[in-house]
Amino acid sequence: MVMRVDVVSLEASIFSGEAEMVFAPAERGEVGIAPRHAPFLTRLKPGELRIQLPGETLSFFVSGGILEVQPHQVTVLANTSIRTDAIDEARTLEAKQAAEASLASNPEAIDVARAEAELLEMTERLRVLERARKRGQLK
Amino acid sequence: MAGTKEIRTQIRSVQSNQKITRAMEMVAASKVRRVQARMQASRPYVDRMRRVIGHLAVVHPEFRHPFLLPREPVRGVGFLVIGSDRGLCGGLNINLLRAVWNEVRLLGKADVATRFSALGQKAVTGLRRLNVQLVATSTHLGDRPGPEVIVGPLHALLEDYRAGRIDRLVVAYNYFVNSMTQKPTLETLLPLPEKRDPELFDHWDYLYEPDSVDLLDTVLMRYLEAETYQALLENIASEQAARMVAMRNASENAGTLIDTLKLAYNKARQAAITQEIAEIVGGAAAV
Repeated sequence: MVMRVDVVSLEASIFSGEAEMVFAPAERGEVGIAPRHAPFLTRLKPGELRIQLPGETLSFFVSGGILEVQPHQVTVLANTSIRTDAIDEARTLEAKQAAEASLASNPEAIDVARAEAELLEMTERLRVLERARKRGQLK
Repeated sequence: MAGTKEIRTQIRSVQSNQKITRAMEMVAASKVRRVQARMQASRPYVDRMRRVIGHLAVVHPEFRHPFLLPREPVRGVGFLVIGSDRGLCGGLNINLLRAVWNEVRLLGKADVATRFSALGQKAVTGLRRLNVQLVATSTHLGDRPGPEVIVGPLHALLEDYRAGRIDRLVVAYNYFVNSMTQKPTLETLLPLPEKRDPELFDHWDYLYEPDSVDLLDTVLMRYLEAETYQALLENIASEQAARMVAMRNASENAGTLIDTLKLAYNKARQAAITQEIAEIVGGAAAV
């Protein structure tokens, strides 16, 4: 049994196809969606989105967004999304350190909420990458 | 040699104008491809968003968000007008403002109040010239504006909607049909148009996480922002396409003008030479 899955962000359509199972980082904790799930609506937080196809599992990073579930249709409206194997580790680390530094140096001069969101996103990116590596999906 | 020198300077000035319009045409032509790609890239997002909103509009939740309720009668309409920052793009902005103004006149006859906010310099100055108050503006957007530029003008009108000063929210922009055609478009954002998805069964509701009030607000805001942003991208693509066509026409016109001037110049030159010869012949005959 499969369901239709669409993952889109403002920049591009990331994935569209049939899947057996979807795991998404919902605001209240990770959720697993199988076909014929009840209608469900939630916000996403930064984290890993996994789409289980027959025979392989795709891994994406989403920075947040909205998840809508209909019995045979899952829609992920991501703020930004990227395939986990496309994450640039060095640059992410750099961005993370920059966010940390700006938070530590002068909290008055910067937009704290924004810097914190940036830091959270970068930390999550690295975590997602790490987890995918442990599973042996990446080299 | 009366006139030949003046004509020559004129030709030169038209030629340098033509160089400029040619360059602008080529710049616009290369940009149009890029902005068009960007516009198309975000279309799937907006489409999927519309589908989710279509579902939301027909559910029967315990809580109805104010944006989901129909409003009758309409006593006020808010317009978010999206124009370009620069001119030299043909009738693009004028056509849009004219479409908006026709609508405003009709509403005025029916005693409906109107409120405006504007994106892009040309929309701002155009609306000011029509003596309207703008509740919010955002200008100097550049070719690659991020979604944040729409927030000010959009949220100001949403505030009006929440407060009941307006009962309908319309976004006005140039829809990109193809590079030769751009269509001034007025699209109603609020209240949400009701579309039924025939696949859905009748009485149902979502499971919401965390709670429906907060979540619906997020989803609806996202939707409105996505729609507005898409309209902005359409308008930018329209702007570049319109500029490309306008500049191509200008270059062609300059070409015909140069041809006519050259003809006039050659005639004047010929006339001068003929006259000189006649004078010489006349002088020789006298001797």
